[in-house]
Amino acid sequence: MTGATLAKTKVAGRPRLKNATPVWYCPGCGYGIITRVTCEVIEEMGIEDIAIGIAPGGCAGPEGTYIDIDYGHAAHGRAQAVTTGVKRANPKAVVFNWQGDGDLAAIGMGGWMHAMLRAETFTTIFLNNAGYGSTGGQMAPTTPAGMRSSTSIYGKDPRTAGFTVHVAEMAATMPGVAYSARVAINTPANFRRAKEALRRAFEKQMAGVGYSIVEFLSPCPPNWGLTPIEAMRFVEEKLIPIFPLGVFKDVDSIDYSMPAFYENK
Amino acid sequence: MAVQLQEAQLKEQVRLTDGNEAAAWGALYAGCRHYFGYPITPQNEITEFMSREMPRHGGVFIQTESESGSIYILHGAAVSGVRAMTSTSGPGFSLMQEGISWIVEHEAPAVIVDVQRVGPGCGGGGPGGQVDYFQVTKPSGHGNYRLIVLAASGPQEVFDLTQLAFYLAEKHRILVIVVSDFLVARMQEPVNMRTIDFGPLPEKPWALVGKGKKDGKRAWFFAPCLSEGVVTFYDRLAAKYKRIKENEVRYDSYLTDDADLLLVAYGSTARMAKRAVEMGRAEGLKLGLFRPITLWPFPEQQMRDMAVKAGKVLVIEDGPEGLVEDVRYMTLGKVPVHFLGYWGRHVPTTAGVIYPERILEEVKSLR
Repeated sequence: MTGATLAKTKVAGRPRLKNATPVWYCPGCGYGIITRVTCEVIEEMGIEDIAIGIAPGGCAGPEGTYIDIDYGHAAHGRAQAVTTGVKRANPKAVVFNWQGDGDLAAIGMGGWMHAMLRAETFTTIFLNNAGYGSTGGQMAPTTPAGMRSSTSIYGKDPRTAGFTVHVAEMAATMPGVAYSARVAINTPANFRRAKEALRRAFEKQMAGVGYSIVEFLSPCPPNWGLTPIEAMRFVEEKLIPIFPLGVFKDVDSIDYSMPAFYENK
Repeated sequence: MAVQLQEAQLKEQVRLTDGNEAAAWGALYAGCRHYFGYPITPQNEITEFMSREMPRHGGVFIQTESESGSIYILHGAAVSGVRAMTSTSGPGFSLMQEGISWIVEHEAPAVIVDVQRVGPGCGGGGPGGQVDYFQVTKPSGHGNYRLIVLAASGPQEVFDLTQLAFYLAEKHRILVIVVSDFLVARMQEPVNMRTIDFGPLPEKPWALVGKGKKDGKRAWFFAPCLSEGVVTFYDRLAAKYKRIKENEVRYDSYLTDDADLLLVAYGSTARMAKRAVEMGRAEGLKLGLFRPITLWPFPEQQMRDMAVKAGKVLVIEDGPEGLVEDVRYMTLGKVPVHFLGYWGRHVPTTAGVIYPERILEEVKSLR
């Protein structure tokens, strides 16, 4: 070993667009990985000069701090409206938002429905960790029946607390939606599929087809009371059976025709 | 089957226009090409006008799903740096308060036209009143902030002030409210239409347009109280508000030089009060009128000086106490401040109006 020098080869590192600011996400949270997905897809598509992100309220609020592209910030529940404004003002940009499950599927459900009805051509990265994160693990519309949370300590009872919302499947029923998929980031294979889904969503947007959404299942160890590794296993064993992964809608054209409503004479 | 639209051009012209369409015309002449609105009486003519005209001028019109939708789509367009606006009335303006607070946080230039109706809750559902003075001048969103508030008393002024609103919004990176009321919205007069040049405006390096358009230098928004610190953020807002107070105060006065009673009113009641001044003068009564145009920043010193000179003030406001509370506070107890409010209406219903004759009657009762 004397005098020997080991050549250093970089085998992993943060993506080029991920700046040096450490993320505030909890150990084992999936949001750091989804940040990587976002950065890598934007880098690989070469769209960083025209990409604009919108951060939501809640855990991902500071997301715009971390990625070296233009980034806005929306009120809790209002990212769909804010992103609509940004995209309508920047029709040639690639515009996307991050939204958590309380943000999109509870307080923001109405705005989300209408963004899809208007076939807004932006992309939503929907973060499903089966509960409210930054406020301390309360029940969300995505919390599965029977799952415990800080506001459903006996388990979520559908009769009093409501059923579980399936965002990607709902989106697929809307005529203005071009692409809807659910992915996870709990294995390298799923990570690759997640990147492919986000790329497809951005491509639909750039082709002007319609609205696009990618739902990410994301582990939330502290609020689930699990270690990071256990939380990844929880995604696989508990969440994926309830929230199946896959592409629920993928179309290259939408019928936007306006039929003649009145008889012309 | 897409409808073929004729490209429209804006030329200098005089049109018989009401106070609602005057706001929409003003926005068009100011270069606003992004409008988002939700139907609510009595401002619907603005939304309808924009749905017709925006496509003809290459603009964007969205009928939103709620006023909450309107204010946040406006937020998104405003942080993108385009000239954008919404319009609404009482209940809708209430719903916008949360989003207004966010536009304040991001110091985004934007314009809202607020046509007052009467009452809290449902209220009059249309007909007139001036009951939102507190709501527009003492913002109801969270964070203790200020907005520029421009009060118009007729269609020409609505047209001019809407254009000014876009200029001030960009000059100071602030949300500007143009406030009118049912009578102003419904009255018609010939409006002289042209684009007003207010002067140069700063660049917008902060706008979300994609960093490729800014030499690779990105813009981003995040809670400045967290990212910059509470003191830095509020110091910057305080300096901005000071600058605006020093430079943007606007008011109108009429026959105040020798007046021994100063009438103070804004919006439609200021027109009634002006007529009352003329009628009183014809009878030898020395009346004057002070009309604030900026409700914030309020022309405090100017109003106080005229009030002290006259020795007595009568505030006329078609509602419960609003403006009069500020006038009492701003005159610092130096002069008596009298008040003619909603009870001055010629009928007690939503159709009531405070006519000049009633104002003159009140003036005489003070002597």
